[in-house]
Amino acid sequence: MWASTLAELTKLVRRPANWLLLAVALALSLTFTYLVPYAGADGPTADRGVASTFPDHLVGNSIGGWPVFAGAIALILGVLAAGGEYGWGTWKTVLTQGPSRLSVYTGKLAAIGLAILVMVVTLFAAGAVTSATIAAAEGAAMRWPSAGDLAVGVGAGWLIAMMWAMLGVVLAVGLRGVAMPIGLGLVWLMAVQNLLTAVAAPLLDWVAEAQKGLPGPNAGSLVAALGSSPQTPGVAELVGSGQAAAVVAAYLVVFGLFGGLMLRRRDIL
Amino acid sequence: MFPVETRELTKRYGEHLAVDRVSLTVKSGEIYGFLGPNGAGKTTTLRMLLGLIRPTSGTVRMLGQAPGRLGEIGALIEGPAFYPYLSGRENLRVLARYAGIPARRVEIVLEMVDLAERGKDRYGTYSLGMKQRLGVAAALLKDPRLLILDEPTNGLDPAGMADMRALIRRLGAAGSTVVISSHLLGEVQQICDRVGVISQGRLTIESTAADLRGGARLRVVADPIDAAAARARALLGEDRVRVDGAGLDLDVPHDRAAWINAELVDAGIAVSELGVRERELEDVFLEMTHVG
Repeated sequence: MWASTLAELTKLVRRPANWLLLAVALALSLTFTYLVPYAGADGPTADRGVASTFPDHLVGNSIGGWPVFAGAIALILGVLAAGGEYGWGTWKTVLTQGPSRLSVYTGKLAAIGLAILVMVVTLFAAGAVTSATIAAAEGAAMRWPSAGDLAVGVGAGWLIAMMWAMLGVVLAVGLRGVAMPIGLGLVWLMAVQNLLTAVAAPLLDWVAEAQKGLPGPNAGSLVAALGSSPQTPGVAELVGSGQAAAVVAAYLVVFGLFGGLMLRRRDIL
Repeated sequence: MFPVETRELTKRYGEHLAVDRVSLTVKSGEIYGFLGPNGAGKTTTLRMLLGLIRPTSGTVRMLGQAPGRLGEIGALIEGPAFYPYLSGRENLRVLARYAGIPARRVEIVLEMVDLAERGKDRYGTYSLGMKQRLGVAAALLKDPRLLILDEPTNGLDPAGMADMRALIRRLGAAGSTVVISSHLLGEVQQICDRVGVISQGRLTIESTAADLRGGARLRVVADPIDAAAARARALLGEDRVRVDGAGLDLDVPHDRAAWINAELVDAGIAVSELGVRERELEDVFLEMTHVG
């Protein structure tokens, strides 16, 4: 599996699209978490204030995007990593070198896991630099989260981002491609989740109840519990942080296992 | 133990029977040609050999092991497929990592397929022939005992095809077993020891290329052709004479040519052409697969 992980890492690192995804995630995160609140701190409807961009909010600010928009980036990363093999027909090239399907698959998941960690840590690092810069410019005191809080934040961000990446992988393996999995994944993440939350749940009790078992609302609850602003799309504390983490982890495992099962059982055409 | 052995290998997609009870055997050290028209089931069979497709029924043994255990097997199946954003060399290095092969082997196989100079270029910029050669290089990475090549000369120019034939011959001479699927029958005829022909999913024959082609025939062009045919039938028997256009194909050894010539001339028949006609594998293939 180690050999497969190294090979997969090489492919991930050398693929320009993955760096573009990281750049987009970084740009979105910095723009909507720091730049816009800072620029609009004196605006008529501003309710977050410039203080929300200071270092003591680093954890919540760095993971607030993962339930929706940064989650979409993670989903695309997962689809590209698994679906590209179908698009280019490279599964046969890899598998005829001798590794088992499961060893390639676990290597792929390990490499994606590392890439997601890099993405999460990068958002934290960029957020730290940006928040420190703003605090210094405003002459505010630098109060940083504890190392423990930072570790929990990185862990929660990784858990949520990895779950979305696994959804991307399972869609790519199930649909044997790239375009349709990205399309369907984004429709779920950006549209269906919001419709359920904003339209269906207020009208139907059973939808409101069922939401507590869905990946998006649990991801939103987890980041809300760790300080993300409820003004951020997808962030709302519907369930407790313990349940939220457990549900997100369960989805991650189920997506990963289901993708592996499909890859193992189905023909490579 | 045969390098490749299948028994009653079958693949069904719903109502469509893609491969129908194929039992083939490839002997150690031979170059085996796997022939068949488009859609006959060649690639499906090869994919089953490599464990990429699960058979509906039947068994496969590759170097004595179940399919999917490919430690000493190299393969190029249905055209080359690589990562377009990596160079040829990087693609092979990634594959070497999967196979647990030292990176220095990459340089050796790039030399073998004459791609060392262009190894640094992105795969996406390669011509069809270069992609094909990289595919063969990938198949050779493990220095395999058994090599399976599906249409290995696709996209190659005549010089490249000749190089590929020479490479396959060298591999065969070095003791590797090679299975080649190709629609270029002249190519198969030149390099293969034995041939299997698949048609509509069924293996119709497995034999040496020489046996399939049969012995050489004597070709006679004479006038009048009817009188020549009658005389030849009287000399050789009904079933050894076939009228083909303006000439006769006679099933006799070529050292009887002078005797046949003398007999026809003595009978007042003008002989304008007399020669040996070898049956091409293509003729046999078309007869067996009912094409043309």
